Formats: sequence, C-alpha cells, structure tokens
Amino acid sequence: MFQTLDMFKAFAPFRGNAVVIPGRGGRHWINVSDKPDRDVPLGDPAMGGHASFALGLALARPNEKIILFDSEGDILMNMGALPTIAEMDPKNFYHFVLDNGVYATTGGQPVPNAANVQYDVIAKGSGYQNTYAFDNLEDFTNNIEEILSMPGPVFVTMKVAPEIENVPITQRVRWQKKTRDQTIADMQKDLGPR
Amino acid sequence: MADQEGGFSPETILTHLKANNVTHVVWLPDSETNFLYTLMQAEPSLTLVPMSREGQAFSTAAGLSVGGAKPVILIQNTGLMESGDSMRGWAMGMNIPVVLMVGYRGWTRHGVDTDTAATYTEHFLHAFGIKYYLVESDADSDRIAVAFERAERTKQPVAVLIGDEFHGFNQTGR
Repeated sequence: MFQTLDMFKAFAPFRGNAVVIPGRGGRHWINVSDKPDRDVPLGDPAMGGHASFALGLALARPNEKIILFDSEGDILMNMGALPTIAEMDPKNFYHFVLDNGVYATTGGQPVPNAANVQYDVIAKGSGYQNTYAFDNLEDFTNNIEEILSMPGPVFVTMKVAPEIENVPITQRVRWQKKTRDQTIADMQKDLGPR
Repeated sequence: MADQEGGFSPETILTHLKANNVTHVVWLPDSETNFLYTLMQAEPSLTLVPMSREGQAFSTAAGLSVGGAKPVILIQNTGLMESGDSMRGWAMGMNIPVVLMVGYRGWTRHGVDTDTAATYTEHFLHAFGIKYYLVESDADSDRIAVAFERAERTKQPVAVLIGDEFHGFNQTGR
C-alpha cells in the first residue's frame, strides 16, 4: 500500500503532454501538475461515471493521450463501462485505479468485498489487453514509463492508503482551484479545434 | 401503425443524425430502435458506442462533447429512468448539449399505457425539467431538428420520445 500523493509524484515526470483526469485524487494532483490547463479535476459530477467520461474524451480526441485516475468505488458502481472501453479499444486511454478499499469521502466504510476484489482481473476479463496491479510504490515507479509507452487501453490498479473524510459535506473546503466550467474551457482552449 | 399516417422509418432518424453532424451514437438496444442499428452500422460518419447500462451513456456523452465530438444518446425510457443521477451530474450539471432519442416503451397514441414504463416517462422528464418532443411518424420528424437546435441553444439535454416501434426485427418483413 502506498500514498496517493507519492504515486502522483512518481507519475508526474512521465505525464508528458497528456490530458489528466485525476478523479478522486484531484486534491493531490492539482498541487503536483505543471500543466493545469490539461488537467480535468471534475470533482464528482455523479459517482461511477469517470471511466465513461474519459472514454468519451479519448474517442473524441484520438491524437491526445488521456489518463484517468479512477477509484475502485467508481468502478464497482459502473463496472459495465469496462467491456465498452475494451470494445472501443482507444489506443490513447490509460486507466489507473486508486484502490483504497473504502468509501473515503463518506467516512471510510469498506466497499463490497474490499479485501478480495481483483480489479485488474476484472479488467482483463472485460477485454483490456494490458493490465497491472501494484501494492507498493517501488514497483509502480519502475513500471510507469513502460506502461505509458504502450498502446492503450491499459488498466492499472494500485493499493493506496485511505484518506478518510469525516467532515460533513456542507463544511468541507473546496480544493479545486477553478470552476468546472473554467476547467473544461481551459482544456478545450489548450487542445484546440477537433 | 395502421392509424398513423406513413409510420416512422429508421431512415428518417438517420437522416436527422447526419443533418445535425452527429459523430457518435451512445446507445443501448431497445425494441423501438432495433432496425436503426443496422442502418447506423452501415453509416461511415457514425461511430456506435455500446453501453451495458444507460447511466453510462451520459458520462460518455459528456466526454465526447467536451472533446469536441457531437454525440446523441439512444436509449429506452426504462433506461432513462435508471439514469437519473448520471443525467443530473454529467449532462445537466456539465451543460452538455445532447439529444436523447428515447424509445417510448408502452406508449400508445390513444393514451392507454401498456406498461408502467410509459406511465412515468413524462413525469420523470418533468421532474428534471428536461424539454421533450414526441415523434410518432415521419410527419413529426421536424421535431428532431427542433430538439437539436434547443439542445445547442440551451446547452442542456433535450429528449425526443419515439412513440413507435420500428418494425425491423425481421428485415424481410418490412
């Protein structure tokens, strides 16, 4: 198990010019990234949808590398997205999953069968050709360059430490630096016309 | 069909998709749109993106739309109702101008619903404040163009309720 922030620091040097959708790890990524106009920290429009959103963006922009940091809770909520991604076979899509075993933003309750679900096996069975699972930072760091150099879709699940929030939702401090609309507008401007 | 002038042909829908520069059809099969599938597959300007649950369609369409593509969502009313939170967060909340082509299962023009999917469909759309247009036959199909125009103007999802089954389960019987 490793820290999400440490993972992002190991990943950052290999990001290149990719569009990064940091998912629930966004609070850390926005402080690591050096290309904020290519970051898409959407927060949580509706749980379970990040993978499909990233697929749509990858299909719309086949010449851009699209990197998603999903969560296991989102995967469980919409597991049917995986066969769709595999069938559409976007060569520019890299699907990372932060698996902390819990619903961290609701107080840390475990996700169903948290200790035993193998998300990389599910992805492989859904049709992803290349899948990885990491439970330590060293292995992740040693493989990240290779992962990002192969054609997508690639699926990478990582055992990360939970960062549990117990503050009521109405009292939480917003970590995003931009509005959602501004985030999208900045990305579209940076990508240019389709 | 006998009491509907001319019926509603899948070719009409395809014509509207092409006229409105649709690039991707995000869809899950239903009986109302079965034969349309064959036509869409043969249309080189369209990419079909298959879903396994309708809620995925809204986040997929959001990604396509912000990336500069022009998706349409093609689902049944049963799946529309399943999709409430995804539609709220990914389409309405992100100001996605997407047309939902919704098979109106159970609807009849006589007002006698044949299952509860039809009973709740318009109530569901009203609850979300989503504008919709009913299309029963080719004669109504201009409403599809109106739906595309409204979606673009308002940057919100707009529904087209397809009040007829395509009769293409067996193409030789068309």
